[in-house]
Amino acid sequence: MDTMLLSIATESFPRGITHYLVGGLFVGLSIAVFYLGTGIIAGNSTFLETTLSYVSDLPRFQRKKYVDSRDWRVVFALSIVAGAALYGLVLTPGIFVTDVQWWRLLGGGVLVGVGTRLGKGCTAGHGVSGIASLSRTSFVNVGLFVGVAIVTALAVAALGVNP
Amino acid sequence: MSTSRHPLFTALIVVAGLIQGFGLAYSQMARPEVVLNFLQLEDLGLLFVMGGAALVAGIAIQIGSRLLETAPFTGTRYQRREKSFDRNVIVGGLVFGVGWGLSGICPGAGYASLGIGNYKILWAIAGMFIGAYAQGYWRALRPATESMTDATSN
Repeated sequence: MDTMLLSIATESFPRGITHYLVGGLFVGLSIAVFYLGTGIIAGNSTFLETTLSYVSDLPRFQRKKYVDSRDWRVVFALSIVAGAALYGLVLTPGIFVTDVQWWRLLGGGVLVGVGTRLGKGCTAGHGVSGIASLSRTSFVNVGLFVGVAIVTALAVAALGVNP
Repeated sequence: MSTSRHPLFTALIVVAGLIQGFGLAYSQMARPEVVLNFLQLEDLGLLFVMGGAALVAGIAIQIGSRLLETAPFTGTRYQRREKSFDRNVIVGGLVFGVGWGLSGICPGAGYASLGIGNYKILWAIAGMFIGAYAQGYWRALRPATESMTDATSN
């Protein structure tokens, strides 16, 4: 029994689980601090749409709600960059550059931009805060995007695209 | 809301952002390769990132929405995060899924990825802005379907 559990653990979690769990607890702590301080449940994809209000006159982007929150959302996004830099430069000195091809990043990014805005949230908004709120809408959205992402990633790998 | 904001509102946002960026980097989610490994079912560790985050966020949200009144930095009432359900939630989830599976990157992890020096992630971030603009432009052309969802999006 023990050896079976061990082999499942090493096959399913080849990098272990500690850094995943600790990282996740930090992400949760961030949302908790933000929420308990401000009452705001901050997602990360709304930054994209609200920031567009600085450069686009489209009424969709100029909504009061967006214009009111766009400044702190920029501060929040830049702080996320800085927090990651703190880890990347201080804790484990050195930079990381992905090998994933540019067209995957660009094409995927466009679809992420459309999908998160149309679907009202991303991995942080629906995937963490929505699940944490036990929101049915979020459960449906997360189930769909995780399932579709797995199928997509497996299909792309099967087509021989790597990475 | 802005009228009753605490002077330290921005400082709190910065602290929360730093913690989140650090967490996303520490969890390795800022590396598209690690996310793709999860989606290809080769390393299921990402479940612990989302699970651990949801657990801590869940405790805060349940405490706030059940036991507390208004937030000290804004005067905003504590609520849970519940978006209305409609067709866009489904279509958006499907489109996001294809994008996440293709690139291995999502918004928050994208910003964090830039922080660990991954300048190539600018392709993805540029794509996200293009996509967010495209959906806004497209929905502006179809105002009839807009009214139902508008009131509840972030």
